[in-house]
Amino acid sequence: MSLEITGITKSYGRFPALDDVSLLAEDGEFLALLGPSGSGKTTLLRVIAGLEIADGGAIHFSGEDLLATPVRQRRIGFVFQHYALFKHMTVTQNIAFGMKSKHRRERPSKAAISAKVEELLSLVQLDGLGGRYPSQLSGGQRQRVALARALAIEPKILLLDEPFGALDAKVRRGLRRWLRELHERTGLTTIFVTHDQEEALELADRVALLKDGKVEQIGTPEELYHDPASAFVFDFLGDSFQFPCEVKDGKALIAGQEVPILGSSPHVDGPATAYVRPDGFVVGAPDGPGFQARIRDVLLAGTDARLDCVLDDDGSIEVRVPHAIAEKLAPRNRISLAPREVRVWG
Amino acid sequence: MSPAKRSWRFVEPSALPGFGPALGLTMAYLSFFLLVPLAALVLRPWEHGADHVFAVVSAERTLDALRLSFGAAFFAACVNAVFGTIVAWVLVRYDFPGKRILDAFVDLPFALPTAVAGIALVTIYAPNGPIGSIIEPMGLKVAYTPLGVMVALVFVGFPFVVRAIQPVLEEVQIDVEEAAATLGANRFRTISQVIFPAVLPSLLMGFSLALARAVGEYGSVTFIAGNQQNVSEIAPLLIIIHLEEFDYAGAAAIGLAMLLISIVMLFGLNLIQAKVAGRGER
Amino acid sequence: MSGLAKSPARRDPPFLVAGLIAVAVAYLALVVFLPLVIVFVEALRKGVGDYLAGIGDAEALSAIKLTLLVAAIAVPLNTIFGLAAAWCVTKFDFKGKNLLVTLIDLPFSISPVISGLIYVLLYGANGWFGPWLQEHNIQIIFSVTGIVLATTLVTLPFVARELIPLMQAQGSDEEAAATTLGANGLRTFFLITLPNVKWALMYGVLLSTARAMGEFGAVSVVSGKIRGLTATMPLQVEILYNEYNFVAAFAVASLLALFALVTLAVKTLLEARFSDELAAQRWR
Repeated sequence: MSLEITGITKSYGRFPALDDVSLLAEDGEFLALLGPSGSGKTTLLRVIAGLEIADGGAIHFSGEDLLATPVRQRRIGFVFQHYALFKHMTVTQNIAFGMKSKHRRERPSKAAISAKVEELLSLVQLDGLGGRYPSQLSGGQRQRVALARALAIEPKILLLDEPFGALDAKVRRGLRRWLRELHERTGLTTIFVTHDQEEALELADRVALLKDGKVEQIGTPEELYHDPASAFVFDFLGDSFQFPCEVKDGKALIAGQEVPILGSSPHVDGPATAYVRPDGFVVGAPDGPGFQARIRDVLLAGTDARLDCVLDDDGSIEVRVPHAIAEKLAPRNRISLAPREVRVWG
Repeated sequence: MSPAKRSWRFVEPSALPGFGPALGLTMAYLSFFLLVPLAALVLRPWEHGADHVFAVVSAERTLDALRLSFGAAFFAACVNAVFGTIVAWVLVRYDFPGKRILDAFVDLPFALPTAVAGIALVTIYAPNGPIGSIIEPMGLKVAYTPLGVMVALVFVGFPFVVRAIQPVLEEVQIDVEEAAATLGANRFRTISQVIFPAVLPSLLMGFSLALARAVGEYGSVTFIAGNQQNVSEIAPLLIIIHLEEFDYAGAAAIGLAMLLISIVMLFGLNLIQAKVAGRGER
Repeated sequence: MSGLAKSPARRDPPFLVAGLIAVAVAYLALVVFLPLVIVFVEALRKGVGDYLAGIGDAEALSAIKLTLLVAAIAVPLNTIFGLAAAWCVTKFDFKGKNLLVTLIDLPFSISPVISGLIYVLLYGANGWFGPWLQEHNIQIIFSVTGIVLATTLVTLPFVARELIPLMQAQGSDEEAAATTLGANGLRTFFLITLPNVKWALMYGVLLSTARAMGEFGAVSVVSGKIRGLTATMPLQVEILYNEYNFVAAFAVASLLALFALVTLAVKTLLEARFSDELAAQRWR
């Protein structure tokens, strides 16, 4: 019962939105499509649903050719970014719409439909709100109605386009956890699109990172975070600083210091670029190993303390250090910053 | 990057059904009601040769009619540009009793059939009418003169300018005006240098619409004009006269000439409008 | 709107306010109200009896019937056309779309007389299809058919013009959602699209009905003005006026004016109550 996407291409005029994309979503998996805007993630989601038509490639669901199936027979639940609720219908009517759209022979009885609506309303925790119109609901409630409406057709796959994009931060966090629980309960193969790496890493079983219509890397959140396949992946998953370096015998030479290289990607000797996260520095006394810097500001609010530093070599960086270290420092202090370990790409 | 497989396609594929039937119906309908008949307008003038077309269009009577139609329409649009702006300003900025009714009645010329307007206007401005009886002794003759044509066209074009300007006036940001005031500008300066430029593109648009409508207007004009040859005979009336004489080619020639002049004129106004609007954006 | 006037930066001197209001009211009174009032004054000049006689006259009644008949054909035709045109223009991307929209708008900028003329050029006695029609004994020009053709052309853009901007702004997410939920094209159209545009549709129908009933220039070219047969109400007004039967002319005209007033009232009401569903803004 897996969803198998092979070699999907799609272009808008000259612009290639999807370029030979292949993916496999396992049965019951919670998969995130992550990427910057214009990376093709929403297009891919819409192609799976049949809302966009691919130029080439194939999509199979447990052996069935999905692209040959008309949209309305695909039984794919799709939750739109702005929900696309039917404004002139009540919540109940919205949720019942799919069941009522079935051919007369397959259509459940009226009683069965209302029982199912009630069941879904309680599943999305909207009991008693069935008579409301979408305009009378909050953003989070609308989102859950959209979800219930999609689940009502007993979909084989659930697709969510930027499910939290239109909500404010607080509602978003609550819904995130709730959605994860819901997925555990329904066990439905679910694919969601997001541009927020934190959301993808926290929610998904696996994450597919897209760039310019191609899959840059696919893997578990841990794999992506700890073993990024490219500079783009590393950079997209968090803040990073880049320095020129010299690779030699499996070590990187930065600011006169040999630094171990992380990750499994192979690297050849010669000039390259080193990538470091803001928390990847050891703070030392002036003239210690690494870069020489002057502290411009010490910021003590937040989980980590931050040091805003000006490098002697040019440029400025903001590194994250434990509070214990930061508390001993003050603006205008001189320090050295030594990368603990780096990642290297050409 | 793989090259696009199909570089040209007529319609982007879509999950929604019904494009074929909908476009088919639209095109068939447009062809039947508009395109084929317009083809006749473009082709038929030439059936007695280009000389005939030239003779009809350059006849003194035709030239006078075209001059009257376009000239009166232009002056009527100018009058409406001035007073329409004042009406729009008053409706947007000031509160006074009866304002909403006044606002609703701006659209009356859209809704009132032109023939009704026509007989009403001629009755008002006829020598024994409520206004005619006052102004004619003062030497101002309106009914059965080119001035009457203009009065009718003012009526017809009135809503266009008001309705074009109103939404823009409502949108002029209050902070822009407040900023102008804090910078020491008096109201006149604020209005002429801050508000007017913002409104100018839509004023021009309303002017163009009023002008286009007035050029072809027939019903409200024909009664008050008196239809005196070379004096108060408008171009649409001349088309009807040619038709009544079974001179289809001549009628078509005048129609085509009107249409072409309108297109050139509106195109020019569009260019000016685009230029004015573009200046505001930069 | 009243909030706008509150800012001191927007306060105009009282004499200017009063002056401008006076100018605006006077202009509206002169240009718009006076003609409207005159219609009723003239219609009732010789008393209610003559007024009712003017309206109840057999020719007037047949003109009223014809006018309603023409509107009852032209408006539904243009409504179906408007829906079809708006559907393909707003839900699909295709080459030449802008040209199509320009064509739909074109009848607005054609003189009504030309709108009538072009049908005479096709179907008149000397028209392209004139001889063929004569052979087969079909009369289009100087008959009800011709009036319907001309009226349909003149009112062709109204419904489409109201629907296109609104449907453009609404996008097609709701239709796409209905499709993923298993609804077929007709179900999607009637249950989702149509309810979403119903007020704009009504607005367009209203405007085109008003125009269809009042059209004069185009109709007068193709009708032949045969009394009691091909004279619509506006044409009947002209016929009566030219016979110096002023009371009867204004009586018929007053019916048209009343209808115009009803149109304005309904229009104002629609705009006040459903402004967001007419203009392209929504709660999203």
